[in-house]
Amino acid sequence: MGVEVATNYAKMEEDISFTDSQLVYSFRLALKSVSSGDTESYSKLVDVMNPSGRLAPDEAALLLTSTKALSGAVADIDDLHHEKLLKAIFNLSLWNFGPDVIDALLELIVLLAASNGKHVDSCLDMLVSNFTPPNKVLDMLKQPRGLDKKERVLPRVHAALKNISELVPMAASRLSSIVLEQMPWKSKRNVDQWSMKRQLIYVENMFKLESGAIREFVGANMLKDVMIVLRDLDVAIGWDDILHDDSSKGVFMIELEDENYADGDEYADEDGKLPSTLSETSLSKNLTAELLDSLMVQTFEHLESSVSNKRLSEVFDTLLSSFKDTVLNTYKSKFTQFVMFYACALDPEHCGTEFASELIDMFVGGHNPLTRMSAVAYLASFLARGKFLPPAFVASYLGRLVDWCWQYCVMHDGDMNPKLHQVFYSGCQAMMYILCFRMRLMVEIPLLKSQLFCMPIDKIFKHKLDPLKVCLPSIVEEFLKQAKAARLFTSSKTFVFEDLLVSNLSRDFGGLERLDMFFPFDPCLLKNADRSFIRPNYVYWKYVRTTYHEDIDDDDEEDGSDGEVEGVTEFDDDMEEVIISRSYGDNDLEMDEFDYAMNKMSITPRNNSSAGLRMPSRIRPSMSPESL
Amino acid sequence: MEGLSVVQANLKVYVDPSQSKNLSSAIFRELSPLLFKYDDAFDGVLLAYNVHAPENKGRILPGVHPFIAVRLEAKLLVFSPKADMLLEGKVVKVTEESIHVIVLGFSSAIITYEAIRNEFKYKTKHGQGLYVNRSNRRHVIKAGTMIRFVIKSMNEETLHIYGSLMPANTGSVKILEKFSEHTESVTINSTPKKRRSKEKYEVAQITEHGSVVKDAPSQNNYDRENKKSRRS
Repeated sequence: MGVEVATNYAKMEEDISFTDSQLVYSFRLALKSVSSGDTESYSKLVDVMNPSGRLAPDEAALLLTSTKALSGAVADIDDLHHEKLLKAIFNLSLWNFGPDVIDALLELIVLLAASNGKHVDSCLDMLVSNFTPPNKVLDMLKQPRGLDKKERVLPRVHAALKNISELVPMAASRLSSIVLEQMPWKSKRNVDQWSMKRQLIYVENMFKLESGAIREFVGANMLKDVMIVLRDLDVAIGWDDILHDDSSKGVFMIELEDENYADGDEYADEDGKLPSTLSETSLSKNLTAELLDSLMVQTFEHLESSVSNKRLSEVFDTLLSSFKDTVLNTYKSKFTQFVMFYACALDPEHCGTEFASELIDMFVGGHNPLTRMSAVAYLASFLARGKFLPPAFVASYLGRLVDWCWQYCVMHDGDMNPKLHQVFYSGCQAMMYILCFRMRLMVEIPLLKSQLFCMPIDKIFKHKLDPLKVCLPSIVEEFLKQAKAARLFTSSKTFVFEDLLVSNLSRDFGGLERLDMFFPFDPCLLKNADRSFIRPNYVYWKYVRTTYHEDIDDDDEEDGSDGEVEGVTEFDDDMEEVIISRSYGDNDLEMDEFDYAMNKMSITPRNNSSAGLRMPSRIRPSMSPESL
Repeated sequence: MEGLSVVQANLKVYVDPSQSKNLSSAIFRELSPLLFKYDDAFDGVLLAYNVHAPENKGRILPGVHPFIAVRLEAKLLVFSPKADMLLEGKVVKVTEESIHVIVLGFSSAIITYEAIRNEFKYKTKHGQGLYVNRSNRRHVIKAGTMIRFVIKSMNEETLHIYGSLMPANTGSVKILEKFSEHTESVTINSTPKKRRSKEKYEVAQITEHGSVVKDAPSQNNYDRENKKSRRS
């Protein structure tokens, strides 16, 4: 019988007039004969399924015919006797073949999974491994030829995954863990060009799964896993990568005018200068940052497509739960949280409300003090920076925050104690931070102004707990200035901060994690993510109108052709007037970095031994033309 | 359909102390991984459970990690398919070599060409594969048909069932039920008139789900009852 089978097989290769059922029959015989020791036909079959290199047309035709015939004999393939054949099938890369062969191979895979439960995992593995092409194709993915191949392979792979889920319902529950296992980039690994390209196309597939036919089973896990990847990449970018030691640049500044973005940009002011991201630091050469930037852009695009599919609210629910688990308590996270920011920007009414409500509920009703302090820091930064949030929205959440702080004062009759009342101080700091950004807007609207003036803000700040002494000095200073100008609140004490970056007291309430300096939505430094997505929805401190400045039409800065910029901050009478100058040349900063940093809204310490735990939180000082 | 049973069980769940604030959700979190998995203790696949704690409290077990042990009384719906049992499922794919079926929405079954009786002939119609019974051309098995089949074997790890359409009482459920009703009515009509008027006979009505409900209508009401059950 073995000889007959071999002869049949050889004949088959020459004689193309075999019917399909005859072919299937001969393949069945070949498979069954392995158990009796006759492997000649079987070995030839294994060879056909193990093509190497580019296939000639007749080889491709042979592979196609064999695959179709094997699909008919699938019930006779068992993992015990046909290990080599299975291995050959599962190692095939669909990217090397034409559409006919791909269709036939995928039909075989689907039938294999449906015929024997033991093959399900391997079939899913094989399909997921085809999310990423071989290196040759990876190189040309952006070119038309590469795009063609992508269009040829990926939709078919996803259709096959859907078919397997229909035939084997429990397979869907296995898919999420298989996708996670095969992720090209995992935490604590270096990013190189290849892993970056692979990771990008892999995540593209994860998003396809999230919005595809089997999203009910795997969608939520895909989103959560993407958030984890973003967070892990984010955390891998240390602050040392961003703060580089080029003394000619001095302390790097986030919200700077940059002549490079002068032309035709709607956000440029009259001189064509814009707040920029840091393109000239080592971050731009940092592959991890580049990967994170590209993945963030992919995520934002996915959110936009969710809006068009009317799925944003279900996607947002998953994102929010993932945010709480993955990002909220990760203080090293610098940019991942902008996924939430952008989602809220796309739908402020629902997503924005849900996000803010969740944060305030966590602050008011939570149990873990660190989580509560994180939540209020997020809330403050969100309400301050979200350009898409109407003033009334901000006022209502501010009101809840103020109420909670006042209730706390009433219930706790104690003296100032940063460690004991850390949650309270973080709430007060959040209040002040929000008001620094939004006070002017609120006092311009009569209804909100009266709401604001009815809030027990002065009672809180005059209480024994003395939050003005404990909170971050730069925020307190700015708040007092604005509150005085708006006649909202005037402190009877004079606060002299005297070169203090931080006070020991704020360090005490901030704790080891330095939550006193945690402003999670500080400007995003990822070039592409920021420029195209975040920037239009973001409030830069530079553009914030404060209560102590008149409206001015002209720009504050001198228009220096050599790119020099001057900025001045006014201080109280007992402080020195400081002039900050910076140029793109080789001139060093004239003033001490320490003094300069002090003038900002908040601070990034230069020499922090626990670098990476803290975030820079920089807002430029406000400008006034008179002092130039 | 065979293989489904409701069992009473006494369970004990160990809850981590961090979950003590909300014991009921902790208990559900412990029990839900058991769903749709084969369990030796239950000798089947757990499909659903209904639990309550008779003591309304848990005992703290001493140890390095003081877990809370909660006794539960549970009603469990268990699916324990065994060889030669009759199952019903929906056909999802038909090829010349196999019929793929989904049972109870989660378990996949395959009936290979060797286990399909010769009565059924494979055909292609409008690009779709189907099996037609040679003796009754209305007896068609295609994607979407509910069929009844016999279990040959089952892989407990993957919940994969290998089925057979060899026995005569397997095939499309709709046709089988129609056929059995017809057989019953033929049997009834063949009884002499005299006996029918005097005897009270039991008529077994086969409901849509395959379980048998015994009823005892009189002859006059027989046709009316039949029409009702067919309609429902």
